[in-house]
Amino acid sequence: MVKKILVIIPCYNEEETISALLDELISLQISDSFKLMIAVINDCSTDKTPFLAEKFPVTVINLPVNLGIGGAMQTGYKYALQNNFDLAIQIDGDGQHPPNELYKLLECWQKTNANIVIGSRFLYKQGFQSSTMRRWGVKYFHWLNHFFTGIHIYDSTSGFRLFDRRAISLAVKHYPDEYPEPESIILFTKSGLKIHETQVIMKERQGGKSSIQHFSQLYYMVKVSIAMFFSYIRK
Amino acid sequence: MAKIQIIVIIVNIIFLAFIAKLITKVKLREEYAIVWILITILLAIFSFWRKGLDIISSLFGVYEPANFVFTGFIFFILVYLLHLSIVNSKQQRSITELTQEIALLKEQMKNNKTTQSN
Repeated sequence: MVKKILVIIPCYNEEETISALLDELISLQISDSFKLMIAVINDCSTDKTPFLAEKFPVTVINLPVNLGIGGAMQTGYKYALQNNFDLAIQIDGDGQHPPNELYKLLECWQKTNANIVIGSRFLYKQGFQSSTMRRWGVKYFHWLNHFFTGIHIYDSTSGFRLFDRRAISLAVKHYPDEYPEPESIILFTKSGLKIHETQVIMKERQGGKSSIQHFSQLYYMVKVSIAMFFSYIRK
Repeated sequence: MAKIQIIVIIVNIIFLAFIAKLITKVKLREEYAIVWILITILLAIFSFWRKGLDIISSLFGVYEPANFVFTGFIFFILVYLLHLSIVNSKQQRSITELTQEIALLKEQMKNNKTTQSN
């Protein structure tokens, strides 16, 4: 049976990268057992992102109010659930996640049948590795996640992820809205989902700005730690 | 009656009138107004019954009635702020959900239109 896959691209002011990304995604060759569809979630961009995206044969969902990455992602999952997609893959709109790495997530999913597959930068340390500061941050989250869940996720901040139907329906019900990645791992493991990591090669962001910068890095660490703790003790 | 009592009573009356006006103009929901009305009543009671403050403070073992008033009010304000944060969080959740629904509906409508025109 052909599996329907929705590629979810949350975008906030990504006019520099969105066209190239969509170009690459559309020309992607994947096996016949998969059918790829693309949904761009425009999180109230103030630049030309939605107009550029409309030129491609993709679904563009325009949020009338800026919700942040988590809320935008959740919109994608809701769309996936409503339209009966079997799998959802989230890709950042800034070009960090090369589309041709997508098949690695699919391969891992076929092999392991996990509910969630996370594309990781750090399993074999290939490709863009990010700054020292951020790597420390990622190590810290690896430790914290291991502490709470007992499983090893080396790149828990990675937004390059594949969700199966069970994971999608969970994310539709509850998904953190500000910095969702590390926190959601706890939510999903607590619900008994199987999470696997697979090596992918990421690039440096090709344009736009990270949502996490300078002083907010500290805020990010604190906020996410607290959120993880409370996700852990939540029933 | 001491000067301060008269001042407090007048302020109280103005405050009550202001709250009443806000409610009648539907600028303040009744559930929030209850708290403010209760406070004005409390203030009114103690402005008429000055000894009451001394009695209650000594009941709690506080030497200065003024300290008792400050502590009590600060605690109350903190609780009320927490309540407002809860209200705010709930609203944020509702807004998120509404935004997502609207976005998805708009997309669906756009889809329907293109299939109809084809």
